[in-house]
Amino acid sequence: MSDDTNEQLWILITPDKCSGCRLCEVACSLEHEGLIWPEASRIRIYELLPGVNVPHTCVQCPDYPCVESCKFDSLSVDEKTGAVLVDEEKCTECGACVLACPGNVPRIPAGKGSVVICDLCGGNPKCVEVCHEAGHDALTLVRGEYRSVYRTFAKNPVEKSTELARKMYGEEFLG
Amino acid sequence: MGRSSWGDTMKGYAGKLLDVDLSTGMAKTIELDGEMLRFYGGRGLGTYILWKELGERWEKVDPLGVENILLILAGPLTGYYPGMKTAVVAKSPESNGVVGSVLSSEVGLELKAAGYDGIIIRGRAKEPVYLFINDDEVEIRDASKYWGMGGVELHRILLKEVHNELRKKAKLRGVPKEPAMMYIGRGGEKQVRFAAIMSKLMHAAGYGGFGAVMGSKNLKAILVKGNKPLPEVHDPDKFRSMLREFQRELLGLTTFRQWGTGSGGYSVGKDRSSQPVRNWQEEYHDDERISVVNFELKAWVKKYWADYGCPVNCMKISFLRYGEYRGAITDAPDYELMAYMGTNLGVFEPEKVVYLSYLVDELGLDGINAGNVLGFAAELYQRGILTEEDIGFRLEWGDEKAFAKLLELIVDKTGIGKILAEGTYRAAKRISEMKGVDAMRYAVQVKGIGVGAHGVRSDLDYTKDISYAVSVQGGDHTATAGLPARSYEGELVNAFYDSAVICMFTTKPGFERIIEFGNAVTGFDLTPEKWFNETGLRIIHLQRILLLLGGPDVYWDPRKDDENPERFYEPLPTGPVRGKAPSREEMGEKVRQYYGEIGYDEHGIPKEEVLEGLGLGKAKREVRRIKRRLRI
Repeated sequence: MSDDTNEQLWILITPDKCSGCRLCEVACSLEHEGLIWPEASRIRIYELLPGVNVPHTCVQCPDYPCVESCKFDSLSVDEKTGAVLVDEEKCTECGACVLACPGNVPRIPAGKGSVVICDLCGGNPKCVEVCHEAGHDALTLVRGEYRSVYRTFAKNPVEKSTELARKMYGEEFLG
Repeated sequence: MGRSSWGDTMKGYAGKLLDVDLSTGMAKTIELDGEMLRFYGGRGLGTYILWKELGERWEKVDPLGVENILLILAGPLTGYYPGMKTAVVAKSPESNGVVGSVLSSEVGLELKAAGYDGIIIRGRAKEPVYLFINDDEVEIRDASKYWGMGGVELHRILLKEVHNELRKKAKLRGVPKEPAMMYIGRGGEKQVRFAAIMSKLMHAAGYGGFGAVMGSKNLKAILVKGNKPLPEVHDPDKFRSMLREFQRELLGLTTFRQWGTGSGGYSVGKDRSSQPVRNWQEEYHDDERISVVNFELKAWVKKYWADYGCPVNCMKISFLRYGEYRGAITDAPDYELMAYMGTNLGVFEPEKVVYLSYLVDELGLDGINAGNVLGFAAELYQRGILTEEDIGFRLEWGDEKAFAKLLELIVDKTGIGKILAEGTYRAAKRISEMKGVDAMRYAVQVKGIGVGAHGVRSDLDYTKDISYAVSVQGGDHTATAGLPARSYEGELVNAFYDSAVICMFTTKPGFERIIEFGNAVTGFDLTPEKWFNETGLRIIHLQRILLLLGGPDVYWDPRKDDENPERFYEPLPTGPVRGKAPSREEMGEKVRQYYGEIGYDEHGIPKEEVLEGLGLGKAKREVRRIKRRLRI
């Protein structure tokens, strides 16, 4: 298959399978920060309505608007995986990438000193690993050529919540 | 983080408490000190703070008065251990002692990420308010427009508004995760004595009646957003390796993962003969309608649901998309509500159990004590003690509509509802006076707290003989006592989980290893022996003292109140162990044995020399007051 010609990775999110256990957040912040820091996790599970769990992380847009928007050269693309890499030293927390992202993915946690964006753990994302181990597979890893449809998964988490809530509980419940 | 006058030795704690006075509108922080750490956290810490601040005049403190202090506490292991809770501690309007009530809520996690181990809430706001916390930003805000709302509306409106505000405030920081929220419903607003503090529609701090305390303070909700890392741990490598080990073990809990506690709805009655049926007139049933499979088929829209860091996923969401009770949403329900909104009321159909559970959730009532009082009322009706005229309608077993109506009367405090809103114990006293009968014999409660849905008569469940009779939290099925007193059978172990503030359903790794995990987080050198003989014992003794102080409306006498409800002496009328019940002699003997082992005197009062040994010498003044009242 032509899909498998290069190593690019993508995390497929199936929100219906997410339990909100947030083992992914635990694993991510331990991996990247060495401690438990929910807000600095590169993946977050929003839950604006109980039971409506919305996993949210970077989809690696092929045009990388975040990288393009950075005036300080602190964002780059991992050639191997396609992930966005953050140079924490260079980041000024200006927020340009936050505004540029079509999915409202990057976050600058107070006290962190830089933006946080998923780096795919260099090719072996810990969130996907633990989600599988936990028996949910709300996160799965897709390898191969980047498909244009992946980019469309970059959506605002609050909008995603509303759509999912309507599907799960119906219009009336949303009021 | 974790640094204060206690120095570098304090790990796993944020090191400070937020102290909010709703009467003055002032908020400050206070540092955790060495004295406080002697009580570990959560339920233990809360008990200590209440004693320190109110101990001298405990009997005069009205649990629903301006003086009571409401504590919302994370524990040292909250957020680290795989399976978290948030503890609520105050003087209980049910038992008039201290109850440590834990609920599934991420408020504890957010508090620690905001830099606090908990919140001390004092006084009373003049108008309805909610408390907003975003790290160092603390505001008491007007909540008049949210007053009267239940969980569904509060999530739809209040949580959304606050999340929007946080987003706008920090536009350049991205979209933060929503804050965690706990709140009260109408039950708490109206100070129904068994009102709960709620979270995520269907999670409740039920035992204790702290929704009423929150309501008495005019506090509708607490929203907390923490942005910081959790405090550093003492031994990061050991913490991480034990965390992974524990996660893996807990992922193997298949029964809980599949059904939560819901399989009990059928099997506790069928196999253990310890499930309340029609106000405990029976504890056996073989009614397959209430099997968990029917809840799954008819109502579950989400089978695996968890709070932060929990590998077990015992929570399920029931949501009715069809039929008369369309729109009703609740959890599985869990076993307790399958029993108390189900079998105890003679209701066996899943849709009806889901509907009643949804009602108590939305009204913000403790479903256990609500089901206890409803069952009590229905038995009085069955026996002709309460009549159609007294109630306003017929109250037949299995009639969910009648029970729903009665819940409304309770929350409105009108008619018979006004009496029942006081909880089973107080209602029984009142109705006995009114009707000139002994209604107390149908009140299945211990020290003002309705007994959880695990009976003691069959001896086939984890609850036995003195489980409730000598517990410092009375009828609370998550705080049961047992013999030997200073062992895993005792109330000390639950006191540990409630003080570490972790979920007892994720404690499979075992008490010893969890203590070791705790040491990796905190840097303490706690051992099970030390917990049984010092730290934990200190908490139990102090809770016991405050319980026996009681007041101002209710006082306990251990000589008659360290007892099972009368019902538990009636031999089981049905089922494979028909005829079983502990005898009064057996009970008396075990209660005395318990006193001896835990360090109480022959009357059940903590011994002064034991208190000295626990570093609680000051509490002797309270013990003397207890003895004086009891003329001992």
